Amino acid sequence: MSKRDFKVVNQPLRKIDAMTLALGKPSYVGDFKPDDALIIKMLGSPHAHARITSIDISEAEKMPGVHCVLYYGNVPRIVHTTAGQGYPEPSPYDTFMFDSKMRFVGDRVAAVAAETEKIAEAALKAIKVEYEVLQPVLRIQDAMKEGAPIIHDEPEARAVIPVPYEPKKNMAAHVDMEIGDLEKGMAEADETIDFQFYNHYGQHCPVEPHVSMAWVDREDRIIITTSTQVPFHCRRIVAQTLDIPVRRVRVIKPRIGGGFGVKQEIVLEDVVAMMALRTKRPVYWEYTRAEEFISSRTRHPMLMRLRMGAKRDGTITAIGLDCHSNTGWNGSQGLTVVCNSGSKMLPLYRCGNIHFEGTVVYTNLPAGGAYRGYGATQAAFAFESAMDEMAEKIGMDPLKFRAMNHIKSGDTSPVFRALGEGREGVDQAITSCELARCIKAGAREIGWKRRKPHTTKKGRYRRGIGMACLMQGSAIPEIDMGAATLKMNEDGSFNLLMGATDLGTGSDTVLAQIAAEQLGTTLDQIIVYSSDTDMTPFDVGAYASSTTYLSGQAVQNVALKVRKQILKVGADMLDCKPAELTIEDAKVVRKKGEGQVTFSEIALYSMYSANQFQIGDISSKIVHHSPPPFAAHFAEVEVDTLTGAVRVIKYVAAADCGTPIHPKLAEGQVEGAVMNGICYALTEEYLFNDKGRMLNPNFGDYKLYTLSDLPEMKTILVPSYEKTGPYGAKSIAEIGINGPLPAIANAIHNACGVRLRTGPFTPEKIWRSLQAGGEIPFEEGH
Amino acid sequence: MNMKTITFTLNRKEQSFDIEPDETLIDLLRRTGHTGTKLGCDTGMCGSCAVIVDGRAINACILFAFQANGRTVETIEGVGDFDSPHPLQTAMADAGAVQCGFCTPGIVMTAKALLDEKPDASEEDFKLHLDGNLCRCTGYVKIKEALLSCSSATGGES
Ligand code: FES
Ligand code: FES
Repeated sequence: MSKRDFKVVNQPLRKIDAMTLALGKPSYVGDFKPDDALIIKMLGSPHAHARITSIDISEAEKMPGVHCVLYYGNVPRIVHTTAGQGYPEPSPYDTFMFDSKMRFVGDRVAAVAAETEKIAEAALKAIKVEYEVLQPVLRIQDAMKEGAPIIHDEPEARAVIPVPYEPKKNMAAHVDMEIGDLEKGMAEADETIDFQFYNHYGQHCPVEPHVSMAWVDREDRIIITTSTQVPFHCRRIVAQTLDIPVRRVRVIKPRIGGGFGVKQEIVLEDVVAMMALRTKRPVYWEYTRAEEFISSRTRHPMLMRLRMGAKRDGTITAIGLDCHSNTGWNGSQGLTVVCNSGSKMLPLYRCGNIHFEGTVVYTNLPAGGAYRGYGATQAAFAFESAMDEMAEKIGMDPLKFRAMNHIKSGDTSPVFRALGEGREGVDQAITSCELARCIKAGAREIGWKRRKPHTTKKGRYRRGIGMACLMQGSAIPEIDMGAATLKMNEDGSFNLLMGATDLGTGSDTVLAQIAAEQLGTTLDQIIVYSSDTDMTPFDVGAYASSTTYLSGQAVQNVALKVRKQILKVGADMLDCKPAELTIEDAKVVRKKGEGQVTFSEIALYSMYSANQFQIGDISSKIVHHSPPPFAAHFAEVEVDTLTGAVRVIKYVAAADCGTPIHPKLAEGQVEGAVMNGICYALTEEYLFNDKGRMLNPNFGDYKLYTLSDLPEMKTILVPSYEKTGPYGAKSIAEIGINGPLPAIANAIHNACGVRLRTGPFTPEKIWRSLQAGGEIPFEEGH
Repeated sequence: MNMKTITFTLNRKEQSFDIEPDETLIDLLRRTGHTGTKLGCDTGMCGSCAVIVDGRAINACILFAFQANGRTVETIEGVGDFDSPHPLQTAMADAGAVQCGFCTPGIVMTAKALLDEKPDASEEDFKLHLDGNLCRCTGYVKIKEALLSCSSATGGES
């Protein structure tokens, strides 16, 4: 591990937009709504599965103040995916701007743009629709049954990359992988386990729901300002769905109020763009909270079978993971999420016999999408619960069992090559892994030594400790690309223009730190402008834990190029060779002897004096590795055996993210992800009726934790140095959310002997399990 | 339309507004340029629209505009600016408690109402008063740190 004397990187600096936001300055899409914007409202399907047999929009169209009504009869029918992924997308093309077939309760029937919200709502009521109601498919198991109703029976539905896709069987994707021989491995084991787990529906719940606006400028171009994580994919997909050239679309992302994956999806922009084109007026559409729950995207619920074999000495002989993922009414991110269930967990422990299979099915429920953790969250629950169960079977401490098996620096895993994102993966050896130190530090902090078997515990309130180990990735190797432009100004400041997309994660700050460090100046000299498809170079956007690692390298590279230009101009001015110079505190100085020029003098010289040119450059970066961050999580819980209520007393997350470029922001990523994971594990839950309608799409009935629910929480950043990353950095944004489900499940088991395989861990489930002597029969939930 | 005129003190200035009878306070505030008050749920369940009315933090999305008539309303715009931020704003920014920042104005307003009344607010006080404020980004750890640093009992001066 090489230590460096950083000046800007790894320092406790204020996030560059923090004060602006704390002051409440106009920053988000909704803050820029033009006074004359038309308001869009969407009529949602009352049925989970139906066909529109007749629709009459004439009354609505005639209402004063109504400017446009869109429905399947008056828009182009262009099949596409809503997933904001690279082209060609690994998600199937199975969605239209509007369709006559309804695939979930809330599906788009017709949209109205009107002078006011009230008029728009009244107009929705004036639209007359008749439906032929079809039998809905509401469970994973039902979707796969022979003769199940077909959700995507339209002829256009297709996969655009060569992957298995059989919509006639409600199958949106399939992937499998064999390494060695699972059966042989199971046969060699002293102990085997074979269990099912179920990950429930959950939503990202950004405090700002999706919001978009658009207008047509004087050159007839469509300008979209939107809460997106993927401005460039958004531009491409909007152009595709409207059948217009990409050059006619500009997408701007201002500040956005949280994303966590849900805004890696084109859910509003196609309609606002079409409405702007049709009405030639600014148009504005924001989701209500209920629409955010129902019509945006969710975590893919997954039904998992986990098999494992191990010898009594702790050697793992076989791992089998079979996932059935519910992608809901469209196949967005279905394949890649399930691929990640395999690729982001299976390499974690050494094993020669690994079987993995992922099947993605359509149902008539809300659509899955990208959600922080992206499949790894689901697999970690099954896998890390099973690690504890196996440890118990072979009579080994679960910490020791993990410590002796986990992947280490210098190791590789056949899984890396076998499983990529919808295609083969990329070989890689682990070059930085401080998981062993994460485990040690976390165990010390939680007091692992005091952990006793549940059989020794008595009384109404019982405490238990559980753990989980985790890994993720950093960007999608050989696929994702990020780029940055840097130019110098007269006062020695710089404009940093990037496609990279800050969702509130602080990536603008982190990337500016990298630029400042490389240039030899301070953070306040970097003026960041990001995520505007007209102004900034391309970047895939904010997903796959990529921004620091991938866009960070693009920024580092461009800053290095600009640094060289600065040295060259400095050499001209000081009449020496660039090699005789270095940069200190925004000045070019001679390494030996007298003589220096400031950045400002250099910029002025290069603009006005001699050999004039703009100091500046552009760099692109693709990555060849996806170095995993690692983490060890520990939870201590207290179970009330009378009521089944469980309380998290303390949560410890020890994480190796390489060099934390901004330690406070890195901690913040862990804390936010962990808290999200804790309430997903304990309270968050979609309730549906038997017709597929979500019953609790509001914060009163879908419980998110607040300050008063905060347990004692401790984040430990265990630094490593990832030599392929910018200043040694890897990712940190996603990994934290994967821990709470298994760590808390294991802690509950350690407290009272109850094993939970279906989230959330409600008092009812725990109480029923206690009554049943430890476990209730497995059930697929929602 | 059925407009009515109301008058109230907004950020220390008495102002009159023409409103519709069923207009909410947040809609009035946002359409008159006070966009620092955010709309996260529109049902009184997230706290991102919190403003201070007669000294109490109230969710502006479940208050009718006419209910503000004759009262004193404070929004985030009246609390601080770049050259004179409120200590809560400085503390939130410095603690790393502002990620996406969408919840921040609501949290600042709710905490300010508490500290105005009780400068020595305890951790329990903050927990109680901020129980209606959701933040999905931070996990509350750094928010708690920022708030505690602003109470005379647990940190600095208010
Ligand atoms: S917007 Fe008012 S409480 Fe959520
Ligand atoms: S900082 Fe994003 S919701 Fe609180």
